Amino acid sequence: MTSDVLAGKVWRFDHDISTDLLSPGAYAVDSVEVRKQHVLESVNPSFVSDVQPGDVLVVGRNFGCGSSRETAAENLVALGVACIVAESLARIFMRNAVALGLPVVVCPGVHESFDDGERIEIDLASGRIVNVDTGAELQGDSLPPEMREILASGGILAVLRAQAGR
Amino acid sequence: MGMTHAEKLLASAAHKPSVTAGEFVVADIDLALLHDIFAAQVFDLLQEVGVPNVFDPEKTVVVVDHLVPAPSAAAAAVHQKIRSHVARLGINAFYDAGEGICHQLLPEQGHVRPGMLIVGTDSHTTTHGALGAGGTGIGTSDMVYALATGRLWFRVPETIRFEMTGDLLPGVSWKDVILHLAGRFGSDAAQYRAMEFGGSAVKNANMSSRLTVANMAVEMGAKFGLFAADEVTDAYLRDHGGVGSEPYGPDPDAEYEAVHEISLSDLPPQVALPNEVDRVSSIEDVAGLTINQAFIGSCTNGRIEDLQAAAAVLAGKHIAPGVRLLVVPASRQILQEALETGVIATLVDAGASVLTPGCGPCFGGHGGLLGPGERCIGTHNRNFIGRMGSADAEIYLGSPATVAASALRGRLADPRDLEVNNDE
Repeated sequence: MTSDVLAGKVWRFDHDISTDLLSPGAYAVDSVEVRKQHVLESVNPSFVSDVQPGDVLVVGRNFGCGSSRETAAENLVALGVACIVAESLARIFMRNAVALGLPVVVCPGVHESFDDGERIEIDLASGRIVNVDTGAELQGDSLPPEMREILASGGILAVLRAQAGR
Repeated sequence: MGMTHAEKLLASAAHKPSVTAGEFVVADIDLALLHDIFAAQVFDLLQEVGVPNVFDPEKTVVVVDHLVPAPSAAAAAVHQKIRSHVARLGINAFYDAGEGICHQLLPEQGHVRPGMLIVGTDSHTTTHGALGAGGTGIGTSDMVYALATGRLWFRVPETIRFEMTGDLLPGVSWKDVILHLAGRFGSDAAQYRAMEFGGSAVKNANMSSRLTVANMAVEMGAKFGLFAADEVTDAYLRDHGGVGSEPYGPDPDAEYEAVHEISLSDLPPQVALPNEVDRVSSIEDVAGLTINQAFIGSCTNGRIEDLQAAAAVLAGKHIAPGVRLLVVPASRQILQEALETGVIATLVDAGASVLTPGCGPCFGGHGGLLGPGERCIGTHNRNFIGRMGSADAEIYLGSPATVAASALRGRLADPRDLEVNNDE
């Protein structure tokens, strides 16, 4: 089991960030190396160049709304994003993140509790969120054990490989 | 206690006498749908994991609909790869480029039955709730797991029920109803939940209208958008596959998270404004804004009834100078029917360009994208920033009649005004 506590630097984004922003349709069949260059470019052109492995997205309501494209989550993984903490997550995006082993936490109130560049600490097991810079603490919803197991295995394909003994 | 429609179909798929909202189940998949954006990647991954076959080739449907005809050598190569995987895996239900959009072909070609659990690599898989099936979108990794094992985990969703009454005004369609619901309740109102559409108004809704509504349930965040199977469903199934169905739906004593009563009798035509599907106005409030492009098509509104509604508005007239009108029938069968009944002739006479059956420009890959500062109104389902080309373009969403009326005027227009003002 990987560590349940994550810490990282925050990138803050607003409500209704769609899969078209996370993975524009024009690059639908391009490689992840191409796709990841266009993540969120329409809302924050410097994100792709400045994001560091281990950074965390703190986002508003309905993050990842729109298409079923798993590339929306995969592109963030490829950029090294460690976790997404959201007011709420679109259903398929949440499913895809878990399937890829990318931790997500739903935490009402989180969007107003962080600014860009602040440090966040996340306990995935309990759902507790801390703003290291301001000291603010919030209680998010911990993921159900069924989803945490998939995350801990490293994603749904790792689960499949383990089941198949491969 | 009774079960909701979603609980009933998930209980059945999980081989349990009953399930309740919040429960996790591992459910058998009745149908797996893949389209050309993700199919090659899914089949590659399946091979990479070491799985030689899909769980059931007869329960697997593959459709080439997004990039048709192939707009680039890269897209053509992806299609080649899909064809070779489909042959290797023995998948017979393969619809190649030009046959139509997956969410049209599934019901039209008789693949959908009430009560089925359908997963698709497309968010608009909710469409099949129009026939009482639990259709839902998943990503590529989940699809690899589903194809390998025939099963997938689900959290049984809470259900929000919409009881709809009253008759629609002339010039108003069920597209206007679902836009109204999105605007009134919000794009995350049904997040992780199922929506049930019922009430006396639904009895009068034909299958085409139900498909439009269920298609856009995902725009409110829903896992499923469900209509009970009734006489309309039975008749549709007999026309598309041969075997009718018994009624199928929620128990009368099912427990809902919320029940909303909606009167449709005074609803005006609705339009979603850029850049959110839940930013909705009545057409009167935005009429007059000039447009560059009008698009009639997509899995939301590319059916024969939609083309007929547009043709009724455009018959004997011509679209405004400076406007491009793109018409993309949702399937070859629809294109054929529209040809045979003169609908295509009417649209082409009015200045429309008719494109290959498929997704068209809806998802922003090709086939009529927008330049910076351009404004488009379409019958499709999403108007997010950059969805159809330039991030500086504006996308409005409306019914086929509203889009046709707007193409005619060269600006956003109320289809109900045309009768009285057609001397303009």
